[in-house]
Amino acid sequence: MVTATVNRDFPKLRTNVTQAQPGLDPGRQSTEVRVQAKDFSLWYGDRQALRNIAMEIPSQRITAIIGPSGCGKSTFLRAINRMNDLIAGVRTGGELLLDGTNINGRDVDVVALRRNVGMVFQQPNPFPKSIFDNVAYGLRVNGLVRRSGELGERVEEALRQAAIWDEIKDRLHKNALTLSGGEQQRLCIARALAVRPEVLLMDEPASALDPVSTAKIEELIFVLKSQYTIVIVTHNMQQAARVSDQTAFFLQGELIECGGTAQLFTNPSDKRTEDYITGRFG
Amino acid sequence: MIGFKRASFDQGTRWLTALAAASIIVILGILLGIITYYGWHRISWEFLTSAPTHGMTEGGIFPAVFGTAALVVIMSVFVAPAGVLVAIYFSEYADRTSWFYQLSRQAVNNLAGVPSIVFGLFGLGFFVQFVGKGIDRAMYGGTLHYGQPALIWAALTMAVLTLPVVIVSVEEALQSVPRSFREASYALGSTKSQAVFRVVLPHAMPGMLTGAVLAVSRAAGEVAPILFVGAAYYLPQLPTKLTDQFMHLGYHVFILSTQSPDVDATKPLLFSTVFVLLALTFLLNVVAVVIRARMRWAHRSV
Repeated sequence: MVTATVNRDFPKLRTNVTQAQPGLDPGRQSTEVRVQAKDFSLWYGDRQALRNIAMEIPSQRITAIIGPSGCGKSTFLRAINRMNDLIAGVRTGGELLLDGTNINGRDVDVVALRRNVGMVFQQPNPFPKSIFDNVAYGLRVNGLVRRSGELGERVEEALRQAAIWDEIKDRLHKNALTLSGGEQQRLCIARALAVRPEVLLMDEPASALDPVSTAKIEELIFVLKSQYTIVIVTHNMQQAARVSDQTAFFLQGELIECGGTAQLFTNPSDKRTEDYITGRFG
Repeated sequence: MIGFKRASFDQGTRWLTALAAASIIVILGILLGIITYYGWHRISWEFLTSAPTHGMTEGGIFPAVFGTAALVVIMSVFVAPAGVLVAIYFSEYADRTSWFYQLSRQAVNNLAGVPSIVFGLFGLGFFVQFVGKGIDRAMYGGTLHYGQPALIWAALTMAVLTLPVVIVSVEEALQSVPRSFREASYALGSTKSQAVFRVVLPHAMPGMLTGAVLAVSRAAGEVAPILFVGAAYYLPQLPTKLTDQFMHLGYHVFILSTQSPDVDATKPLLFSTVFVLLALTFLLNVVAVVIRARMRWAHRSV
């Protein structure tokens, strides 16, 4: 099954190939493996942050990654769009495949990779520009809009997908920093969705928000899973249990256990998972 | 008893350091007080807008004000792009462990430490004699056009002098842009240059402008570098082209205080000229503060 995916999707990540429109592929199998880690390790200089991770992330599902601080969960997430490249002295071992292509391969265009793998950060980080310009940013830098008027349509589409259109449609040209924290985070989600990624990575997207905003974000994530592959890192186990289909538990750079969310929370197979989810540490 | 000694030593340190700080206030106060006291009453619209007359014992200082302004404007045209490019390289692109980065970083540091008179000699040797004479030989068959002290060479010399100041302040401005903005840009599939030009530079703009204005205000007061490359002793008409010489406020102060045929007669003029020079520099610093405050407000992050 993986081999078939390789042949179909391999060109997407390569340089100088016109972009397909992922995320909207009607023929996509819901059980496809979108991201696969094979014996994947990562070092910050001499310190090993991830040890021989092996896991599969299915498309149109929500995968939660849980674990105590410093367990490597964010590092793993940021490896999927190679955000760790920005840190000096990072190197990787093993393979991390997106649609069967090793994303750390030599001929992979990291800019194209990041267009296909969107990211939402822990702190809402809208640019100090207008709401419209924030959402349009990805479309502009990637030259994704050909026809005049298309930019406005794509911005509206993204804001609607992020369930924030109705609230802000009358102030699209106000500075994004005038929005509340929860609105800013949904704007950041809209900004990520505007370029139509295949995968959406979320690094504790609700940890800086109040309970009402958190509920809105979770609802949104749940709706988005029909179109995207979502990976969410959270330190909040209730959140992982509420939103995800599959949960992975990381500890000290190792993947301890990965399985269906209900299964992992009710009947973990590893003692350390049980200790963590029952609150004995972490 | 021991406790008492320690406490009084502590008090002594406090007073000593406070005294040192107070001496700064006193020095600045005396400096500004004397200049304002002797200089203020000669300041008039006429003084600011007319040329010196009667062997510089009468008249105004307009050519010097104009020359100084022209110098810093032309200098900025050269130093701003060069400084911004170097700072972008240092801040955004350079591999901090590479020999090239280390070497260029040291070059900037050392350039900042070169005495300003040395820049003057460099300007004379390199810009006037080498570049200027070279242009004359190549374009004018050796007739003197560019191979002599001129506004353009003074501006270039000054640009080299202020380059380290601009680089360092622009670099600080770039570094102060939160990492999260860069990450947001990269995560949307931007290239590095797109992140730099669309996100980092706009956000760093207040800091960059402040740095630029501070560099200009430093240049406005420097005299040594332009002694040999363009400043004129006495030139009542304004420079009209880049190869003209020009009068300069700082140099004019030097002339009035040491080279005047009648030192006593020029003394009141001298204080007023110093007053104008100081006011100009302070004004530029105020401009820098205002720009920073206004743009911070416009770009306020939450």
